Amino acid sequence: MSTVDTSRPSAVRTGDPATLAAFRRRDRTRKTLLYTLLSFGLLVMLAPFLWMGLSAFKTTEDLTASPPVWIPTEWTLAHFRDLLDVLNMPLHFFNSTLVAVFVTLGNLVFCSMLGYALAKLNFFGKGPVFGLVLGALMVPMNLMLIPKFVLMSQFGLLDSYAALILPFAAGAFGVFLMRQFISSVPDELIDAARVDGANEWFIYWRIILPLVKPAMATLAIFTFMGSWNNFLWPLIVTNDPDKYTLPVALATFAIDPTKSEGSNGMLMAGAFLVVLPILLVFIALQRYFTQGIATAGLK
Amino acid sequence: MAPITPAGSDVSSGPPPENDGHVTAAAERPRRPRLRGRLGTQHLAGWLFSTPFLLLFGTFMAFPIVASLLMSFTDFGLRNVTDPLAADFVGLDNYIELFGDETFRRALFNTTYFVVVGVPLTIGLGLVAAVLLNSGIDRFRTFFRVGFYTPVVTSIVAVAVVWRFVLEPRDGLIAGVAAEFGWTSPDFLSSPTLAMPSLIAMAVWRNLGFPMVLFLAGLQSIPTEVREASRIDGAGAVQEFRKVTVPLLRPTMLYVAVITTIGYLNVFEEPFVMTGGGPADSTLTTSLYMYREGFDFFHMGYASAMAYTLFVIVLAITLLQLRFLRDKTR
Repeated sequence: MSTVDTSRPSAVRTGDPATLAAFRRRDRTRKTLLYTLLSFGLLVMLAPFLWMGLSAFKTTEDLTASPPVWIPTEWTLAHFRDLLDVLNMPLHFFNSTLVAVFVTLGNLVFCSMLGYALAKLNFFGKGPVFGLVLGALMVPMNLMLIPKFVLMSQFGLLDSYAALILPFAAGAFGVFLMRQFISSVPDELIDAARVDGANEWFIYWRIILPLVKPAMATLAIFTFMGSWNNFLWPLIVTNDPDKYTLPVALATFAIDPTKSEGSNGMLMAGAFLVVLPILLVFIALQRYFTQGIATAGLK
Repeated sequence: MAPITPAGSDVSSGPPPENDGHVTAAAERPRRPRLRGRLGTQHLAGWLFSTPFLLLFGTFMAFPIVASLLMSFTDFGLRNVTDPLAADFVGLDNYIELFGDETFRRALFNTTYFVVVGVPLTIGLGLVAAVLLNSGIDRFRTFFRVGFYTPVVTSIVAVAVVWRFVLEPRDGLIAGVAAEFGWTSPDFLSSPTLAMPSLIAMAVWRNLGFPMVLFLAGLQSIPTEVREASRIDGAGAVQEFRKVTVPLLRPTMLYVAVITTIGYLNVFEEPFVMTGGGPADSTLTTSLYMYREGFDFFHMGYASAMAYTLFVIVLAITLLQLRFLRDKTR
């Protein structure tokens, strides 16, 4: 992100020598203070993660030592092994990934389709449909939980992947985002294609989608992350531990004292395994994250 | 395929450059009548493109919203999960019971506490972080920004599990730091007075990256001339912040306040994982109480009445915020 430095008075930029030297000195003190403050803030922000990462590899003696041991005296994978005995982490990892992939694919296809229709097609009922999308943005998830659960039970879909995927396969925010981006594609391009005899599907698939790839990337990242971290709905529709996603598996383990009492090492190992994949994705794609929020207000 | 170049990798970039400047000619082109003839196909195409979304929307949103309202007037219970139509109509009984329910009032109070303290802290600290990052930092900017934003992307369940351990009175991180100074740490999550502030602290820590990134974008869009003009007029740093920065960030502030408030009003995972609503219901939130009534005891009619009451509260607060935080300069 490029910025205009607004913190220096114009005297510095125009280069008056007397003020310049004094300003440089003051500027250095100011910057030291600034970096100190920011570094302290960063330490507080990252401390729980560091604590998690270190604790997951500590021996039980180190974990309960008094005075506390910060860096493990001996690095161990024992907690990960113990955790794998209690929780089928590879299966939960697979469940989370499968659900997140299909939810993301669903959003990419369905949201961009409706986004295209709302941005570029004139059809009867377009206004009300867009109204529905905007309205859906405002309604909190909790309102629909109970009827949705009953519906899934009626469909015989409790404890199925379908129950985890379908309710999230087309989000209103995705439609809103795609409509905004597709609106910026020039009409000439579409008109020209129509004159050349292209049908609407061809225009959507071969012209629009390639042009809005960056927006699709942003939508994909946020949808995947949202699905990966989703908790309440998977908690409600799954009873069978074999269908648990990672957060549900971790939470049910963590809140059951008969399983997790006194096993902070295992809990940290579990949290570490849940956090790590999304953290790596975030660090690799952080540019898209911050741009996505800044341009579309996504969360 | 036609020689179409995808817009660059930059999300914020607008239309591809080769098409700039041709938009205004659209009205006079000779092929316009032919296109109008094709509007019939646009109706069909429009609906075909809308169908998948509308089907999912109708099934998993529109229908449940209506069903939820209907259920709130019935005694819907566990047996009705398999036989929904057998639920009996009980009129306003659920709502009447709800307003006399001591526990619900407690949950409402706790949620209000969480929102009233948590939202301003989250937004305030997010703003502070954004202002610090925007005041002439050139090195490590991205580094700091990524670091402050990291908690937002991580699983709230995992983070809550970690914080439970951080706050543990014997082996936790805070207890460890306190021990280095020869102090002892209180038992945060077992204390009725400290449990809620602990959850709030965690929520603020987890969420402040979101307003920070939005404020940062907002700050960068404030023109240099405006700041310089205020300096020339003799404004100090504090005055500049109050009279220039804050008013110009108002639209961002509104958006952040609405989104954060809605999120905090529905707070669930933190108490679910960290305290289970205790001690002595001191962290029982409305969402957690609704979950318990609906899915532990299967009082689904009652829980639906609760969900609707909460929805009305959320709606009212959102509308109030839109009214009071609206950009008054226009």
